[in-house]
Amino acid sequence: ASPIPAPNPRPDIAYSKIFINNEWHDAVSKKTFPTINPATGEVICQVAEGDKVNAVGLRWVCSPWEQVQRGWRGRHHPMSHLGSSVFAAALETLDNGKPYAISYLVDLDMVVKCLRYFAGWSDKFHGKTIPLDGDFFCYTRHEPVGVCGQIIPWNFPLLMQAWKLGPALATGNVVVMKVAEQTPLTALYVASLIKEAGFPPGVVNIIPGYGTTAGAAISSHMDVDKVAFTGSTEVGHLIQKAAAESNLKRVTLELGGKSPNIIMSDADMDWAVDQAHFALFFNQGQCCCAGSRTYVQEGIYNEFVERSVEKAKARVVGNPFDFKTEQGPQVDEEQFKKILGYISTGQREGAKLLCGGSPAADRGYFIQPTVFGDVQDSMTIAREEIFGPVMQILKFRTIEEVIERANDSKYGLAAAVFTRDLDKANFVSQSLRAGTVWINCYDVFGAQAPFGGYKASGNGRELGEYGLEAYVEVKN
Amino acid sequence: MKKQSSDSNPAPVMPALPEPLKDLKIKYTKIFIDNEWHDSVSGKKFAVFNPATEEKICEVEEGDKADVDKAVKAARKAFELGSTWRTMDASERGRLLNKLADLVERDRLILATMETIDGGKLFSMAYLMDLGACIKTLRYCAGWADKIHGRTVPMDGNFFTFTRHEPIGVCGQIIPWNFPLVMFIWKIAPALCCGNTVVVKPAEQTPLSALYMGSLIKEAGFPPGVVNIVPGFGPTAGAAISHHMDIDKVAFTGSTEVGKLIKEAAGKSNLKRVTLELGGKSPNIIFADADLDAAVEFAHIGLFYHQGQCCIAGSRIFVEEPIYDEFVRRSIERAKKYTLGDPLKPGVQQGPQIDKEQYKKILELIESGKKEGAKLECGGGPWGDKGYFIQPTVFSNVTDDMRIAKEEIFGPVQQIMKFKTIDEVIKRANNTTYGLAAAVFTKDIDKALTFAAALQAGTVWVNCYSALSAQCPFGGFKMSGNGREM
Repeated sequence: ASPIPAPNPRPDIAYSKIFINNEWHDAVSKKTFPTINPATGEVICQVAEGDKVNAVGLRWVCSPWEQVQRGWRGRHHPMSHLGSSVFAAALETLDNGKPYAISYLVDLDMVVKCLRYFAGWSDKFHGKTIPLDGDFFCYTRHEPVGVCGQIIPWNFPLLMQAWKLGPALATGNVVVMKVAEQTPLTALYVASLIKEAGFPPGVVNIIPGYGTTAGAAISSHMDVDKVAFTGSTEVGHLIQKAAAESNLKRVTLELGGKSPNIIMSDADMDWAVDQAHFALFFNQGQCCCAGSRTYVQEGIYNEFVERSVEKAKARVVGNPFDFKTEQGPQVDEEQFKKILGYISTGQREGAKLLCGGSPAADRGYFIQPTVFGDVQDSMTIAREEIFGPVMQILKFRTIEEVIERANDSKYGLAAAVFTRDLDKANFVSQSLRAGTVWINCYDVFGAQAPFGGYKASGNGRELGEYGLEAYVEVKN
Repeated sequence: MKKQSSDSNPAPVMPALPEPLKDLKIKYTKIFIDNEWHDSVSGKKFAVFNPATEEKICEVEEGDKADVDKAVKAARKAFELGSTWRTMDASERGRLLNKLADLVERDRLILATMETIDGGKLFSMAYLMDLGACIKTLRYCAGWADKIHGRTVPMDGNFFTFTRHEPIGVCGQIIPWNFPLVMFIWKIAPALCCGNTVVVKPAEQTPLSALYMGSLIKEAGFPPGVVNIVPGFGPTAGAAISHHMDIDKVAFTGSTEVGKLIKEAAGKSNLKRVTLELGGKSPNIIFADADLDAAVEFAHIGLFYHQGQCCIAGSRIFVEEPIYDEFVRRSIERAKKYTLGDPLKPGVQQGPQIDKEQYKKILELIESGKKEGAKLECGGGPWGDKGYFIQPTVFSNVTDDMRIAKEEIFGPVQQIMKFKTIDEVIKRANNTTYGLAAAVFTKDIDKALTFAAALQAGTVWVNCYSALSAQCPFGGFKMSGNGREM
């Protein structure tokens, strides 16, 4: 395999304004906000702060995009050049803190694949002709929903942008996207590529800003037909309320999780330890589907815990531009403090701190990889989403017991089971109330496969053919 | 057929038409197996001709059974469990098809010039329509590669049940000479998209563009053995494919007569799956309430496109009595204004028929029309002293029992007949063993929907003709074929 191209750790920030109608605008209020490099705590640059007035009145700028031939729509997608991949990956690392090697090899790779996948759907999402009773010609059209508000998070900025744009544009919608205030830069760079790719003006509009202002303006807007949100369950409630109170806009949500990772005693131990570590610590623990309750069957519990601690201690935390680094900083000070808070709660409530537990550096938002053993289901760290590098290991005896405990959560985003036994794998995977169940693996994603949550982890599915459904209105 | 475009909403416009290449060099004339070029096992070659000049373009290796055997072995190996092709991500197959589309785009001028010289096709059509369709079809199928879904099925009993949509295996594909490159792409794109390997036999009249594609397939990065191309003749190479005990499926586009042989051979050998896209005698029904200008134009292009050598040619035009005379008058006028000549040259509107055999057959059918009492309105004979040119010919007062109303002519010969009522014309339109396409021209919604349902044809056009696109399924009822493409 070819080596990863070296990044420029000080990339030029060319785009920091609001992108509307293929043009760059200042905020109506002229306000700006800073975006911070979480590895150092320093300001990278100021970004135009979009608010209600920028989000308003976008209908008139959105051109009759759906009339454009669908196949042609599929041909135009940004990010197909290597050069832009290297730059975008470096910018992602600078703004979010994730290791550059991973931005480049994983995030960017998945972004391109997602866009290509949805480009292929553009002219294939078929309606039906239906043999209705009576002398009628009956058929359905899959029409675009219209103006879609899309509010995306900071943990996978580029990838979440691609997950939102892909299905929306493939089905002919126009988009108003609010990017996370912590990580606006790569989305704005992609906006410049959208223009370059040839999308008509007004089809994609990107507004950096805050949730309580720009985000709320979108969810309560009377002229936005649908809102898609990825973020915390807490804000998800607000979005759904606002949608209901305004114009009953369609809502899809992809929210938090406290996903159970169940390790049966007949699992391949090396593999299970490796995967459970990855399941929790990937992306600095900042994954909605992180395997944050690791249930280990009692027969192998001690050995599993010992090996997991060893692995966590060996995890390399450092400058995300360094190719040796496996874990970068948390995204900002708020998350940093919140995670440290959970760690101290864990200790207070009696969980056994086996390693880590403290900040990992004097500058930036780095936290040591932390492992808690002997965790009980009732503890706060076993119930609430920490979103940091803090692993909870719990013990169980029987399959029936662990299924009940795994399902005893308001969340239902993902889950996993590690076992060599075919029947156990089938039984457990069918019993878990989770949108994705991984068997002998974790965090396996593909543009082709639907992703989303049961219960308070969300409504609806993203990716795959299923991901198109939320972006069409069926006309019979 | 320029696409609509608007200021606020720029749709893609047709590329500007360049000049055809002068002195096109034919680089690829051998048999393509395992991404390599092979001589024929027998040592034989056959000549390929330019139908506009009757001159030999070059010689091509003549594949026969032994060469087909080699190709099938290569295709079978490439399809082995655990092979590169079998273990490749579906999305990666899509990437390769898109890469192939990029290369076709790059070499568009070469391929269009080649299609014109080898196939007698108008260069402007080859460049704009044929090559455009090839590129779009490749990209369309590329998009499907990782979207071929099986299902999970809630079966009775305590079982986990799911379907996999697996590739069939080694597919033999026999393609015709009327749209050589388009037909090549229509065959390989869906086959490769689903993960099959192929052995393609291009028509002996027009093997050159298929062989050129071999070089692009290798350049795109398809593993060796995934696509194999064996030029040769029907009774030898084609029959070897349809009878082969290690080919899992045969797809054939061509005449109904040969289609029957293929299906028989499949039954006699290993029950290989068969899809066929055969001939037609497609009815084009014009009502008095149609937009007459549009109807005349569509009916004209619907018959005369590519010298009448289209399986979907609208070769029985039923015109409602009240507008019959006017329709005939306008159709004659339209058919008279033709410039015949070398299809490479600008300003030429009709090229030659593909070869002497077709040429003679068409002239024979024209004579039968005259003899059986149809009224020859214009044309009716050959044109020029070199090349297989036939004058655009219009017959009116055609009745259903005449040979020109029943048999597929595959030439620039238009039949116009009269009808009175809906029920009558439905019966007459369906009174054929063919069933490939049909059209109705009317402004009345009820008439349009009635005909959409009543006509026994794989494609029914309403107020248009020949509208085809990669997204739409295409194929015939009855003896026009089995199965659908695209």
